[in-house]
Amino acid sequence: MERYLLKDIENPRSTDIGEYKKIGGYKSLIRALEMSPNDLIDEVKKSGLRGRGGAGFPTGMKWAFASADPKFPKYLICNADEGEPGTFKDRPILEKRPHLLIEGMAISGYAIGAEYGYIYLRGEYPEARDILEGAISEAYRDGFLGDNILGKGIRFHLSVHRGAGAYICGEETALIESLEGKRGQPRIKPPFPVNVGAFGMPTVINNVETLANIPLIVEIGADAYSKIGSPECPGPKIYCVSGHVEKPGVYELPMGSTLREIIYDHSGGVRGGKELKAVIPGGISTPVLPPDRIDCPMDFVNMPRYGSMLGSGAVIVFDETVCLVKVCYRALKFFEHESCGKCTPCREGTGWLRSILGRIDEGSGRKEDIDLLLDVAGNISGKTLCPLGDGAASVVTNFIRHFRDEFEKHMGKTCV
Amino acid sequence: MKDELLSEIKRLKERYPKGEAALLPALYLAQKQFGWLSREAMQSVSDCLHVPEATVKGVATFYSMYKHRQIGRHLIQLCTNVSCMLFGAERLVDILSERYNLATGGTTQDGRFSLVIMECIGACDRAPAMLVDADLHCNLNENNIGEILERYK
Repeated sequence: MERYLLKDIENPRSTDIGEYKKIGGYKSLIRALEMSPNDLIDEVKKSGLRGRGGAGFPTGMKWAFASADPKFPKYLICNADEGEPGTFKDRPILEKRPHLLIEGMAISGYAIGAEYGYIYLRGEYPEARDILEGAISEAYRDGFLGDNILGKGIRFHLSVHRGAGAYICGEETALIESLEGKRGQPRIKPPFPVNVGAFGMPTVINNVETLANIPLIVEIGADAYSKIGSPECPGPKIYCVSGHVEKPGVYELPMGSTLREIIYDHSGGVRGGKELKAVIPGGISTPVLPPDRIDCPMDFVNMPRYGSMLGSGAVIVFDETVCLVKVCYRALKFFEHESCGKCTPCREGTGWLRSILGRIDEGSGRKEDIDLLLDVAGNISGKTLCPLGDGAASVVTNFIRHFRDEFEKHMGKTCV
Repeated sequence: MKDELLSEIKRLKERYPKGEAALLPALYLAQKQFGWLSREAMQSVSDCLHVPEATVKGVATFYSMYKHRQIGRHLIQLCTNVSCMLFGAERLVDILSERYNLATGGTTQDGRFSLVIMECIGACDRAPAMLVDADLHCNLNENNIGEILERYK
């Protein structure tokens, strides 16, 4: 497939605005400003674009909600807090194609009636910050941002807000709190950010990759766009593959490519010709899958049918040598560390899960521990404000669901 | 020093409709100037933004990239999350401890390095990975980690 989102990334000067214009950059913004904001929203609705951050919410619908709210000013936030372990799909856009993101944001801001935008960038990407800030200055200089964009009296200002190392800030309401200068703890929904978001105003929060799709939709039109990838869930998708494959990396493919294609056709298969043991398909929070389920199309609609989720499209591959108890233990250390502490089931439960998995890992597990893990997980799931707790619980239940044998064999023994 | 910080924070405030939203970037600035978020550093931020000191401290302690004690000249942020773990990140933690007497969360005696364990730095395809200050280093192993660190004096 022709690459769109990752087009030109091999060009060492791809971050330069001149290079971006050479390959048609900012033409979509020019075209978008000829359209009415409502027509743009309809076009995005018709395209079928769904949010690439993990939840898969229809982007056009989100825009329409914010647009319909009479309160002003409205805000547009780009969620660049890519923190889901295993995920590095937004990094090449941020570091190699900053103008694609800026163009996408300028179009989106115009569509929803936002005059201010923020890129909430994770603190762990210092290089991306410098690149984005440089690109934003270029865009101001050339009239694609500012008080009078392309002389049309349209206003959109953009700046980078740097996070400071908190996974939870990828959750949109926690992100808003953090943008407002507070501890990044999720809010109760409703109200949703489209009505009461940043500074109490209607706010659209879209993932980097989602916004990077916008110029393409404007360029080729919703009809052509909706023919790319899965009919129910169209568009290009960046999958990022790590773990035991020959060629880990980012792959832009049609949405709905199967996990088997991603691992074997694009990533060169399992390293050293070893057997595949398990795959986490969409970042650490998504349910692990055994090898007999890798024919699943990787999109928002089909993954749940196979017992998992698309998440961020972060594929982590495990070969036969991996101890999955150890993987599960490491994952729970992460969730315990990143729990924001607001909801008791998550704050306490992730710690208990980590502790029980730790003793199984070091060979002191007890026979009843597997049921105990499931019991604790069951007491977190569905009982927290945000999906972090659910993610932690589902990691444990799904590792046990598919690999219970491995946990049982580990009881009273360290792995070799 | 404080005047300089004050004017920089004032500039930051213009980016937001409410001044207190500049708290996170202001804390980064203060950390850069003071080396860490000492009481004095947090007081300065509190004064500049008219945010209570308790709020400043509450926010500063929520995020892992703000430092609450003096750190070494170079900060090593090593990822040990799953993709990095698969390729030996935990062994690298041991190596730092053996070769540099550098414990997780600690600083070497000569004040050269501090070590923080990270939860995924988005370089999973080149695991294991670490940031030293703002530089990303990937595909680490027992041999090259020492060579890389030698560049930081």
